[in-house]
Amino acid sequence: MDNNTSYWRENLRLIFICLAIWFVVSYGFGLLLVEQLNAIRIGGYKLGFWFAQQGSIYTFVGLIFWYSSQMNKLDKKYDVEES
Amino acid sequence: MDELKLYTNIAVFGSFALYFGIAWWARARTTSDFYVAGGGITPVQNGMAIGADWMSAASFISMAGLIAFLGYGGSVFLMGWTGGYVLLAMLLAPYMRKHGKFTVPEFIYDRFYSKSARIVAVVCLIIASLTYIIGQMKGVGVAFSRFLEVEYDLGIYIGMVVVWVYAVLGGMKGITYTQIAQYCVLIFAYTIPAVFISLQLTGNPIPQLGLGSTLADGSGVYLLDKLDLVVTDLGFKEYTTDNMGGTLNMFAYTLSLMIGTAGLPHVIMRFFTVPSVKAARASAGYALVFIALLYTVAPAVGAMARFNLMNTIVPAAGENLAYSERPQWFKDWEKTGLLKFEDKNGDGKIQYVADTKTNEMVKVDQDIMVLANPAIANLPNWVIALVAAGGLAAALSTAAGLLLAISSSISHDLMKGVFKPDLSEKDELLAGRVVMTISIIVAGYLGLHPPGFAAGTVALAFGLAASSIFPALMMGIFAKKMNGQAAVWGMVSGIGITMLYVFQHKGIMFIPGTSFLGGMEANWFFGISPNAFGSVGALVNFAVAFAVGKATGPAPAHIQQLVENFRIPKGAVAAHEH
Repeated sequence: MDNNTSYWRENLRLIFICLAIWFVVSYGFGLLLVEQLNAIRIGGYKLGFWFAQQGSIYTFVGLIFWYSSQMNKLDKKYDVEES
Repeated sequence: MDELKLYTNIAVFGSFALYFGIAWWARARTTSDFYVAGGGITPVQNGMAIGADWMSAASFISMAGLIAFLGYGGSVFLMGWTGGYVLLAMLLAPYMRKHGKFTVPEFIYDRFYSKSARIVAVVCLIIASLTYIIGQMKGVGVAFSRFLEVEYDLGIYIGMVVVWVYAVLGGMKGITYTQIAQYCVLIFAYTIPAVFISLQLTGNPIPQLGLGSTLADGSGVYLLDKLDLVVTDLGFKEYTTDNMGGTLNMFAYTLSLMIGTAGLPHVIMRFFTVPSVKAARASAGYALVFIALLYTVAPAVGAMARFNLMNTIVPAAGENLAYSERPQWFKDWEKTGLLKFEDKNGDGKIQYVADTKTNEMVKVDQDIMVLANPAIANLPNWVIALVAAGGLAAALSTAAGLLLAISSSISHDLMKGVFKPDLSEKDELLAGRVVMTISIIVAGYLGLHPPGFAAGTVALAFGLAASSIFPALMMGIFAKKMNGQAAVWGMVSGIGITMLYVFQHKGIMFIPGTSFLGGMEANWFFGISPNAFGSVGALVNFAVAFAVGKATGPAPAHIQQLVENFRIPKGAVAAHEH
């Protein structure tokens, strides 16, 4: 397998991990499991409600920065960085 | 002139003077300046500009109000309008930046080697952007008429002139730097009142924490628990669990908004302004940080505004406010028609309950929740003045981004790309400016005479972007063998089914009486509302494209090579002509 193909494979794997987390915090915790999670509370927030209106957004921000830093490492590893 | 009006004038016209100054300093000299700001914007700057570009009059003025009345159901806007950036950062922006062209239809043309694909993309882009702009123009008119007591029409004319000056003069370069200033104005204007209100109600100055805190009245009761109690007492649904038409509808709605966000051309275009692929990834992160600042405050603003409103009208269970003792803000907003009281039982007191037969607050417009919020909470006049400048900054910055997307798709994609490939750079720059001027006039006209379908337009804009542009771009990058014919069929069927669904429930072109299935929820496909249907359209787009692709064979080898090439960052250059 050539260099660019392996780079692309690793990129797809990273995207898959990120989008799985993206899905779980918003559609999972915020929508599908909201009733179960609402039984747990943090302060005045029901947990499901918190994920839907706060937690998912914080996770999205973290995900993008994590993905960017991983990709920067990958660019170096496969020597496909911009000059 | 009273104190409030003086402060408001200073805030509004002071901010305009700032935008003009920036526009003069950052005027565009080349087509590259005009379309992609010369390609030299840093990720943090671009993040702020994307924030202002993205956060429109709807985010600033309407969203917190929507959440205030929808409660938990309003989460679809919070997750939907932020989650799209994750998709942008991972699925679209870096590769489109690597490809290095000026516009979204141009990318589609290069990837799908088809003029019809480019034209379909231009048409989707223009419809989505124009419908979106009507809302911004209306926002400008509303802000002027409410805060400065200027006629609605005059307000729109002033807004048109302001946008014209910095967008036509500066192109993407001028727009970028003014958007950075506008972001600062709008985020300041949004968070300051929220901090004050959170402090008043809960003693915690950070609204995101205040929303989960106990009330400052010494009762030790959590704000959200009290709010749930107050609204259910009056027959409304419980604030923290009211799920807007069911889980499936919320799911489809959130997905539509996410992929619609990722497919909006005026946002994607902003990623062409940074110097590298690395910077494109980072800008998406910074953009979401700046957007999240407003989006995590909004649910606090919504819940606290609802709480204050309820408390003003029903200070304690069974004890209603007498109409004659209503506060000044109540009287002010009654004049605008956004707030209406009707004394149905003739007792002179205000009954505010869920049952429409006995409810006497016959109209409480959602926009009041942000615009009147500082007054409801008795905040000082300079805070109210800030909200006016912030609302205008939000509307103008989004309008400018949309205008650039429209004018570049006409001057660059249609004129230069399809009809007159020998257009010189100087002529193209002139054409871009002329087209933008015409777009501003059209947008202003539509703002002055909103067509009947204006109310449903945001749904249409997101539906179009979600069902046509996003899937085409994603397949262009991730499905190497997808051919041009398949992409065109996919786009056309995606838009087709979405428009059909929206029109059959909301009327053809939203003309009342032409909806052949009625707006009734009983006829909704699995209970999915027309606003949420873009995600279904996107699925149809993917399915049709893959089916046609299977039948018509893979894309030619040089196109597959092109895809290989933009998948890796190496060799990226600034966005360029050819």
